[in-house]
Amino acid sequence: METDNNQLLRFTTAGSVDDGKSTLIGRLLYDSKSIFEDQLDAIKTRSQIKGEHEVDLAMFTDGLKDEREQGITIDVAYRYFTTPKRKFIIADTPGHIQYTRNMVTGASTANAALLLIDARHGVLEQTRRHSYIASLLQIPHVIVCINKMDLVDYSEARFDEIIQEYKSIASKMMIKDVRFIPISALNGDNVVTRSKNMDWYQDAPLLHTLETLHIGSDINKIDARFPVQTVIRPQSKEFIDYRGYAGRIQSGRFKVQDEVLVMPSGFTSKIKSIDKGKESINEAFAPMSVSITLEDDIDVSRGNMIVRKNNVPKKTQEINAMICWLGNEAYQPRTKFLIQHTSNEQTAMIKDIVYKIDIETLNRLTDDNNIQMNDIARITIKTAGPLMIDEFNNNRQTGSFILVNPNTNETVAAGMCI
Amino acid sequence: MDKHYLNYLDELESEAIYALREVAAQFTNPVIMFSGGKDSILLTYLAEKAFYPAKVPFPLLHVDTGHNFPETIQFRDDLIKSLGAKLIVGSVQDSIDEGRVQEEKGKFATRNSLQITTLLDAIENNKIDCAIGGGRRDEEKARAKERFFSHRDDFGQWDPKNQRAELWNIFNGKHFEGEHFRAFPISNWTEMDVWNYIARENISIPSLYFAHDRDVIRRNDSWIPDSEYLIKNESEAVVRKKIRFRTLGDITITGGIESEADTLEKIVEEVSAMRSTERGNRSDDKRSETAMEDRKKQGYF
Repeated sequence: METDNNQLLRFTTAGSVDDGKSTLIGRLLYDSKSIFEDQLDAIKTRSQIKGEHEVDLAMFTDGLKDEREQGITIDVAYRYFTTPKRKFIIADTPGHIQYTRNMVTGASTANAALLLIDARHGVLEQTRRHSYIASLLQIPHVIVCINKMDLVDYSEARFDEIIQEYKSIASKMMIKDVRFIPISALNGDNVVTRSKNMDWYQDAPLLHTLETLHIGSDINKIDARFPVQTVIRPQSKEFIDYRGYAGRIQSGRFKVQDEVLVMPSGFTSKIKSIDKGKESINEAFAPMSVSITLEDDIDVSRGNMIVRKNNVPKKTQEINAMICWLGNEAYQPRTKFLIQHTSNEQTAMIKDIVYKIDIETLNRLTDDNNIQMNDIARITIKTAGPLMIDEFNNNRQTGSFILVNPNTNETVAAGMCI
Repeated sequence: MDKHYLNYLDELESEAIYALREVAAQFTNPVIMFSGGKDSILLTYLAEKAFYPAKVPFPLLHVDTGHNFPETIQFRDDLIKSLGAKLIVGSVQDSIDEGRVQEEKGKFATRNSLQITTLLDAIENNKIDCAIGGGRRDEEKARAKERFFSHRDDFGQWDPKNQRAELWNIFNGKHFEGEHFRAFPISNWTEMDVWNYIARENISIPSLYFAHDRDVIRRNDSWIPDSEYLIKNESEAVVRKKIRFRTLGDITITGGIESEADTLEKIVEEVSAMRSTERGNRSDDKRSETAMEDRKKQGYF
């Protein structure tokens, strides 16, 4: 099959209400021929009921009843499309303030963020918030789509002006790769095909940009990290001595005969085999799910991490981190949380709130300890047992965690280790 | 050229295996919801891969509407035998006999929504804390909003507006007594991905998916198989056609398409040229715009 070398690219979309996000996604799906006839028919019928003559592209992404009634997106919705070059997963996230936690969710697995700006309005508070989240969650690529160019007469001057505006806010953030594309999602300018209305724009349209983004370096390939999810011990006679550590390689690579260290115990051994179903392989790399067997019979269980002997994460019970508060209820001091970090789970408490970020100015507020939904803060956490962490900037997988409130079982915070 | 990256099928496989292992680690009594359709067969295949050389650590739960394709039941029983797994059957007929649900009446009657009660009863009676499903986000607009780990309250209900945030690949399966989770390891697969993978791995699937001759009637632009459970109009004549099924459900509502595709390669070719979704032939989704969302909120698959 010709699909054999195709990579998967995950991207998220963000913008203010009415920036045309849903229309853009509808346009990508429609122009890449990912919309089926029965879906198109359903939408034509609904467009007609609403008294519209043109097919409303935004309707392709509407899901739940309430969303359709209110004409907004409430929750993260996932969309799929494939071109001959790549398979794409879109996490379509809502723009309004109360649903920021969903943007954080969508951003957490994304290779790229599409940030929409209405060409008439330029950079808004939401733009700043979304860019900050993109930088906080270390999305490797940000593509700023300046939309509704048709409503500003396809003006190059307006495009340049917004780029300058955006660069001035982005300079305070850590965004590795940012690009700008002038588009009209409604008319299809520079989405899939090059715009005839903006010959002053020489770079690639959006789809081509997505197809060619270099995502090979998005995963950390240096630091070998293998958190153990579960231990495979068959009951059958044939495999009576088999003891496989099952997990997904989070970063780096492992080879048979590598000298490894099991954390936190500190036992060392060598890799005897790397198994993937019935197949044994000589080398495995992130993000492969495999089972590893070791030469020595040592105690390894869920929550442990297998690493290379000469490249180890930090073993600690005190974590400095940025968190985004996701819970509906504000943080209650002295709450005992459960922290989930890779497959490791420990009891945890917030020891110190160092500062909170004012999302408007990006200033640090050092005297405000009240953390509510959507707040971003730098904190120190103490845990009952050790975690094996890396800095989030170096490793999104082993640098991230969630806090769960055991009284409600809700995920109340997303954390990124510093 | 750096060869240390996965193509998308391998990445989807790895993601699904990761999710299945999380289920095994985080829950005490998980099951695979097995319908006999290709998605639940794929799920079972991935579970075999995830835990090999140990056995699949989940029983298979089949919600039996009583209106089955005989081929599906045969396939199910053969698979159970080869896996050495336990089979749990929740019977819609039993639910009817016990007066838990009432059979729908009329020509378009199906047992589709009756399955919700049977499923939730089976979950409660067997103390199941996680039901793993083959649901995919590309199937239907309500499913597009599902998490990998999806929380259900103690009435088995889904609250789509108040779902837990799911970040990176850290899954929170914490729940109180009486609540359960649905887990969807193949959330990110599309119909095309499923077929490409089935063909690549040469996974065995029921003969119903391949083109074959069958007695059918024309209803709602689909070929509905003739069976003892089908209530027909006088105008609905039985004809013999070469068809195959794109999805498998209750025999009374699963429509086939005319096809010559009798090998996996031909199916892949046919599906990639398709211009309508696979659920387009399912009359359970055609009842209203929000048919799936309404059923899902109540506890449907």
